[in-house]
Amino acid sequence: MKLSYYPGCSLHATSAEYSASTEGVFKALEVELEELNDWSCCGATSGHSLDSNLSHALPLYNLILAEAAGNDLLVPCAACYNTLRTTQNFMATASREAKELGQRAKEIMGREYRGTIKVRHVIEVLAEPGVFTALERKVTKKLGGIPLASYYGCLLTRPPKVASFEANPEQPRLMDRLLTLCGATAVSWSHKNECCGASLSIPQPKLVEELVGKIVEAARYAGAKAIVTACPLCHTNLESRQTKDEEPLPVFFITEILGLSLGLDPTPWLKKHLIDPFPLLRQYGLA
Amino acid sequence: MAGQQTIPSQELAAEVAAGSGQIVNRCYQCHKCTAGCPVAMAMDLMPHQVVRYVQLGLEEELIKSKTIWQCAACRTCVSRCPNGIDIAAINDALKQRALARGAVPALPEVAAFHQAFLASVKSRGRVHELGMLAAYKLKTRTYLQDAPLGFKMLRRGKLPIFSGGIKNKGRFRAMWEGSKEERR
Ligand code: SF4
Ligand code: SF4
Repeated sequence: MKLSYYPGCSLHATSAEYSASTEGVFKALEVELEELNDWSCCGATSGHSLDSNLSHALPLYNLILAEAAGNDLLVPCAACYNTLRTTQNFMATASREAKELGQRAKEIMGREYRGTIKVRHVIEVLAEPGVFTALERKVTKKLGGIPLASYYGCLLTRPPKVASFEANPEQPRLMDRLLTLCGATAVSWSHKNECCGASLSIPQPKLVEELVGKIVEAARYAGAKAIVTACPLCHTNLESRQTKDEEPLPVFFITEILGLSLGLDPTPWLKKHLIDPFPLLRQYGLA
Repeated sequence: MAGQQTIPSQELAAEVAAGSGQIVNRCYQCHKCTAGCPVAMAMDLMPHQVVRYVQLGLEEELIKSKTIWQCAACRTCVSRCPNGIDIAAINDALKQRALARGAVPALPEVAAFHQAFLASVKSRGRVHELGMLAAYKLKTRTYLQDAPLGFKMLRRGKLPIFSGGIKNKGRFRAMWEGSKEERR
């Protein structure tokens, strides 16, 4: 299998470890990733907040590049995944606005958008039968039952008509399956897809501390020793907005956990974390 | 407002529908959106009230409200609304109306953040997080907020001083400007 890879801005900066671990895991699974040539920012929350048309113009720019490359597009960031899928959905409506945007994009990009490729999230690809079987074969290091809370946040499952790859978007399960495969215990908990407020993290830190506080408290209450995410914004936010009254819970990327259990060296990734995960890993004999 | 009656005006509802694609008149005020909204506790108008105010044409109140800036765009409301109404999209349309009319945003930091983010994207095609944060801090004069966190991130290499932009800026700008034109 070969996929185009859309890292998005965060994976080139704040979440470089998500990118490195994603590339490591897919390489181990013999899925070829080719970074989308000259990709641009998708606009994220700011794009659609201040300019509704900009929000579709920027994702469409990337969708056309991806279509020219010819492979399905792998997107690790939940926000990028959501905006790209939202624009695909918008273009599929074939409304007057969508047609106008499509026409202009064709003139500028020299190529028409046809909607022929899929935009796929990392979890979705890892959980698909062929890849999952390869994982099953290659997982060498079982994680000793370490209790982890799989955290989706909001934009991976919402709205389900546009974005979700889960059978039940209010009770998503694929990340739990991946964790269980690695020999971790996926705890059952209440805040799996509550929003962490990431888009407000910089302008509204106090509010976001409250949201993050509730999520972390719920994970702790369920017995989790760490939280696992599949979104660079959730990861940065959960790592940076835990307040200090209690020992903070480490936050991992799902690809870091999979990499660890595939026998890859996670040290270069985990060294970048703001909350040191090594004491916990040592406790479970994993580092 | 004894003796005074609010006469529903369809004008705002029609304009918001055009700007957001949301048919607000489908809302029957079941409050399900508000029940699931993670930031309702920090809002001055509840999500279901935003929709109702749009139906009633109460534009001034909406444009002055914190809620339109407070919305985290998590899309929980649209996922659960029995009528598929996307309140985040309505809030976006209202933010844009507020800015177009020169209103002072009720949460100026949020507006400044989005502006700094988009300025960074516009100049390079991608966000340069460090540059964007610097621009945001200059604008909001919140230099000390999060300073220790910023240093920690710099040390971990999470905020590169330099980072690449895109190569084909002409094509990118044309897509950007094109979308502005359409906004009118
Ligand atoms: S959930 Fe939908 S129908 Fe119910 S109050 Fe909210 S917007 Fe209206
Ligand atoms: S999108 Fe906005 S209004 Fe809707 S649930 Fe999320 S924060 Fe609340």
